[in-house]
Amino acid sequence: MNRVIITVVGKDTVGIIAGICTYLAEHNINILDISQTILQGIFNMMMIVDISGADISFDTLSDGLETVGTEKSVTIKCQREEIFTSMHRI
Amino acid sequence: MINIYEVNETNQMIEQENLDVRTITMGISLLGCADQDLGRLCDSIYDRITTQARDLVSVGEQIEKDYGVPIVNKRISVTPISLIAGSCARSIEDYVRIAKTLDRAAEAVGVNYIGGFSAIVSKGMTEADELLMRSLPYALPATNCMCSSVNVGSTKTGINMDAVRLMGEIIVETARNTKDGDFPHCAKLVVFCNAPDDNPFMAGAFHGVSEPDAVINVGVSGPGVVKTALESCRGESFEVLCETVKKTAFKITRVGQLVAKEASERLGVPFGIIDLSLAPTPAIGDSVADILELMGLESTGAPGTTAALALLNDQVKKGGIMASSYVGGLSGAFIPVSEDQGMIDAVQRGSLSLEKLEAMTCVCSVGLDMIAIPGDTPASTISGIIADEAAIGMINQKTTAVRLIPAVGKKVGDRVEFGGLFGYAPVMPVNSFSCEGFINRKGRIPAPIHSFKN
Repeated sequence: MNRVIITVVGKDTVGIIAGICTYLAEHNINILDISQTILQGIFNMMMIVDISGADISFDTLSDGLETVGTEKSVTIKCQREEIFTSMHRI
Repeated sequence: MINIYEVNETNQMIEQENLDVRTITMGISLLGCADQDLGRLCDSIYDRITTQARDLVSVGEQIEKDYGVPIVNKRISVTPISLIAGSCARSIEDYVRIAKTLDRAAEAVGVNYIGGFSAIVSKGMTEADELLMRSLPYALPATNCMCSSVNVGSTKTGINMDAVRLMGEIIVETARNTKDGDFPHCAKLVVFCNAPDDNPFMAGAFHGVSEPDAVINVGVSGPGVVKTALESCRGESFEVLCETVKKTAFKITRVGQLVAKEASERLGVPFGIIDLSLAPTPAIGDSVADILELMGLESTGAPGTTAALALLNDQVKKGGIMASSYVGGLSGAFIPVSEDQGMIDAVQRGSLSLEKLEAMTCVCSVGLDMIAIPGDTPASTISGIIADEAAIGMINQKTTAVRLIPAVGKKVGDRVEFGGLFGYAPVMPVNSFSCEGFINRKGRIPAPIHSFKN
């Protein structure tokens, strides 16, 4: 398992999740978990995905999703899961 | 599985509270480069550094991208140069040539700084040590990213007062050789007592003789994160205050540990230590002084400052120790004046003096750091300040250091500009009574007794 956390922050509009999911499916990336919340009026979403079967590298994924984010006027960020597990799990 | 609140907490630390990894520092041993020919020595130093550290910057940048956490500096520390240059360097010019070689090698691999133009003279100076020290007023202005340190004392050996006297003169001369508008060269020179072998922070990083061929040391940061955490415990008891600092330090250090482990694996170089330091930056809120003020001080320097800093330092260590398998370096809270906007404000408000800073150095890491003093301060007075700091380190078995910047042509209240991560420093007043008679004595202060602790 090679997990990546995708976070999306910005103004809520139609098709943000659809745009990301389409991109992920095109590159054979499996979504393990999705959660979302509204923080101080701003749309906030997190996805945990598995990139072990992906046909693109982490860097390409990161840049690709950044472009998807720009199109939808939101900020999309990709980070490997270990930074969060290191900080929040003993 | 990780949840959205944990993810948001981490990303808020990075994006809004200036959480970063301050430095990945690769220590490189140059002991194998010693040669009887100066040209060959310089060539092999250059080859050794550029080969070993070839991928340091690119690996650092990839780790930043993978985890979304900034790694502000990539640095190199090397074996103290006086140890390897003694066999062939015979003059000040020879040492300047070695300094330029280090600078060139650092620029070739793209690191921010290289440290280790250093001499360890805690008991006595070899001819090589003394020549290196005397070359500093020329070597520092001739280089861009090379840093230097001199260890003048230790708990085991006492204080080498001949070296302390010489360093006072060298700091004055280095300041005089700084042209108007130049980055102050004295900011790249630090005088230590009990210098650690594995410090990743500049200007004092060097790769000690107890270290392997190469090693990865990582310095963490995060005063802004501690400050934000403490905002939620105004008026709470000391127990709540301490627990909050400890938990936050744990989280910060875990990021450092992850980065260190990754860098070590990807570079094929053993992991050395994590330096658990709260290193401030001029960014608003990324300040150790702000943390002290949040604890309840009107302004840093007020009575209670030393106790607040002692508490902070100890809790950072307690939280950090559990987060990392190996802790070393300077580990504690840094209290530089120039790099910390809160400290600058405290000085300008008149609440923080050099004497109070000296008291604060008894309970935190390092010492009198990045302090601008009037340009006409006599060398003997600078030596006196160094001797005082070294005495605190020697007696209390801790690292202390002095990094003073005499501002030539400037007086108390003027500003010295550094730029970037260094910020600026207000020129602080120095006690004008002389210590010349004390400093001009020859020899050394003997090692202290290790019993009858009072």
